[in-house]
Amino acid sequence: MFLFKLLLKNAFRHKLRTLLTMVGLVVAISAFGLLRTIVDAWYAGVDATSSTRLITRSAISVGYPLPLYYAERIKKIEGVSGVTWVNWFGGIYIDRRNFFARFAVDANSYFPMYPEYIVNDEEKTAFMADRQGAIVGRKLAQRFGWKVGDTIPLSGTIYPGNWNFTIRGIYTSNDARTDETLMLMHFGLLSENVRKRLGTTAANQVGLFMVGIKDPARASAVSQEIDALFHNSVAETLTETEKSFQLGIVSMSQAVLMAIRAVSFVVILIIMAVMANTMTMTARERLAEYATLKALGFSPAFVVKLLFGESLMIAAIGGMAGIALTFPLAMGFVQQTGSLFKVFEVSNQTMLYQALASLFVGLIAAAWPAWKMSRIDIVQGLRHIA
Amino acid sequence: MRAIPLSYVMRNLWVRRVTTILTAGGMALVVFVFATVLMMTEGINETMVATGQADNAMILRKGAGTEINSAISRDQASAIEALPGIATDGEGRKLLSREVVVLNNLPKRDSGDMANVTVRGSSLIGAALRPQIQLTQGRMFRPGTSEIIAGQAVAKGFANVSLGQTLHFAGRDWTVVGIFDAKRSGFDSEIWADVNQVMQAFRRAIYSSMVFKLTSIEALTGIKKAVGEDPRLQLDIKLEQRFYAEQSEQMTKFIRLLGMSLSVIFSVGAIVGAMITMFAAVASRIGEIGTLRALGFRSEAVLMAFLGESLGLSLVGGLFGLGAASLMQSVNISTVNYATFSEIAFRFRLTWDVAMQTMVFSLVMGVLGGFVPAWRAAKLSIIECLRQA
Repeated sequence: MFLFKLLLKNAFRHKLRTLLTMVGLVVAISAFGLLRTIVDAWYAGVDATSSTRLITRSAISVGYPLPLYYAERIKKIEGVSGVTWVNWFGGIYIDRRNFFARFAVDANSYFPMYPEYIVNDEEKTAFMADRQGAIVGRKLAQRFGWKVGDTIPLSGTIYPGNWNFTIRGIYTSNDARTDETLMLMHFGLLSENVRKRLGTTAANQVGLFMVGIKDPARASAVSQEIDALFHNSVAETLTETEKSFQLGIVSMSQAVLMAIRAVSFVVILIIMAVMANTMTMTARERLAEYATLKALGFSPAFVVKLLFGESLMIAAIGGMAGIALTFPLAMGFVQQTGSLFKVFEVSNQTMLYQALASLFVGLIAAAWPAWKMSRIDIVQGLRHIA
Repeated sequence: MRAIPLSYVMRNLWVRRVTTILTAGGMALVVFVFATVLMMTEGINETMVATGQADNAMILRKGAGTEINSAISRDQASAIEALPGIATDGEGRKLLSREVVVLNNLPKRDSGDMANVTVRGSSLIGAALRPQIQLTQGRMFRPGTSEIIAGQAVAKGFANVSLGQTLHFAGRDWTVVGIFDAKRSGFDSEIWADVNQVMQAFRRAIYSSMVFKLTSIEALTGIKKAVGEDPRLQLDIKLEQRFYAEQSEQMTKFIRLLGMSLSVIFSVGAIVGAMITMFAAVASRIGEIGTLRALGFRSEAVLMAFLGESLGLSLVGGLFGLGAASLMQSVNISTVNYATFSEIAFRFRLTWDVAMQTMVFSLVMGVLGGFVPAWRAAKLSIIECLRQA
């Protein structure tokens, strides 16, 4: 207890310096947490996947068209419970910056495949009745302040022309990890548009098939069976679980993610330098004191304990404040970036890493001064006073 | 007003070496992040600007924005080809290339992860329209065959892309007959083949884009007008350079925004570090300050001396940070451009502009960190100072 009091007194002897150091720590630890949360958010789509869904896409690349009649052939495979398909609509809503995912879906088969997207029956019926209708996610509607009945103008990129969609429903989810930022419209509408321009063959083309399977354990067997079915055909396929499909998408931006990770460690290094400086200055100023302690018979280990204790105490207080600040910071970040990230939450693991980083900073910062002070010569130390 | 000699200021930094190194080290790290972000955006810009030729024009479907989204029918292509304003070569052939662009999944060399490589169906004229493309190994593909040539970034980054080897995609085996260097342009990240072969293999009936050389840049206006008046031609025409600049706009903006916000947040840490150091410097030298004042140096001179010391710190930090960042110039990276969904390779590029901005950023940190302590030093009364000493 006595030691603790001494540490506290020591730590706040230079109020301004300690306060500044803590401000630095708070900034560094919260920035570290925010960066880790950003990287986590990137992987959120991977966690939200279902083990009973496979994605079949063209072997050429994601989104390269496949013939619609594949759906019937996939359905016949043993273990397949359902098939649905989507096309990427692309398009621009007012400005390129207002990015969100827009898919043309076959509503009859799509919603049974994605039970996590909850739409009430009334809205679903309204959507089915309106060829120009759309269903949007709750978070997306929130972002732009849309209500049911609003008309959303999109200018086409893949499907040329100006499009107007009327929101007929808003879907929600009970699982926080589910993507609530999609805009869904009728596949039939798009294929009709393409038929008029380019003919029937071009109209019956699909970007991705989603395949429901009965038994997750047979995922890889069913995948192989699907791909074997179309091997050496007009359009070869590549089927994988939803999870590995999402991982593939995420890994495309691996360089950026690696850079963010690296940078999150740089901020820890920065604060380590600042903290080490604080402790070095503190130790230098107290040279005479430590010499006195030693002269009174305290062991060098006691001096070491004093320095480490003080450093750790500052790091702990700063670190805890930093962890606490991460939450409002993450919230503000989400508001600023709109729904760029589907899911954005500070994980327990992030908090653990933040705590470990503070501890590490506290230990390293005190290491050199502690070593130096434990070896000071009493006589020289005392002379320092005069 | 007499200024306190610079040697006094700098010697103080030297006397307290450990503190100076730690404080400047923190600043150097922030400066490093700041500089690499700028170098990255410079590198991407360099790649994209080098991709376009000043007198080449490019045609895409109206509103498509990228080659992948675009579609041009054979009829439209023929109508365009008949327009005046397109340059011809010595033998009277139009310098125009109908191209098709397909994203193709290939495994990376080191990790085996799949990534999108742009496969461009082009022609010998298409290659002539991009003089930056120089074959470094092998030869050009022969029209009418399943031969491909690959950019050096693809050859380096993707499995089996070496001279003489074959790649299997779109139901065929393609032989790599040449590797080209496209002078750090976007073409370095592409595979090229004969346009008709690519269309057959990928079963496409429509082109993605058309590129042609203008007789003069002024000719563009006439072509734009002619296309605008023809209702069959729902097409966008742009200078090639402008098109490629737009492709990278989103990406550079994103990197710049992320990088700058991080630098500013991180700089708080470094500024705090400088403040701590400078406050301590003032506190331990109170006697000296009093003496200097008693000798006749004005309080402004004291302010400048301490501010100078802080600037010295940030100068050291800035130089070290910039030095470390300059080492990054030898690093080449490749990542996906979300505007086109294809891989693009670029390097970190250090320009004078970047160096200047970085040093200004560093010195601003020094001023922000040093001003308050320096102000306090200047405001101390002489008597108090001398009494404390």
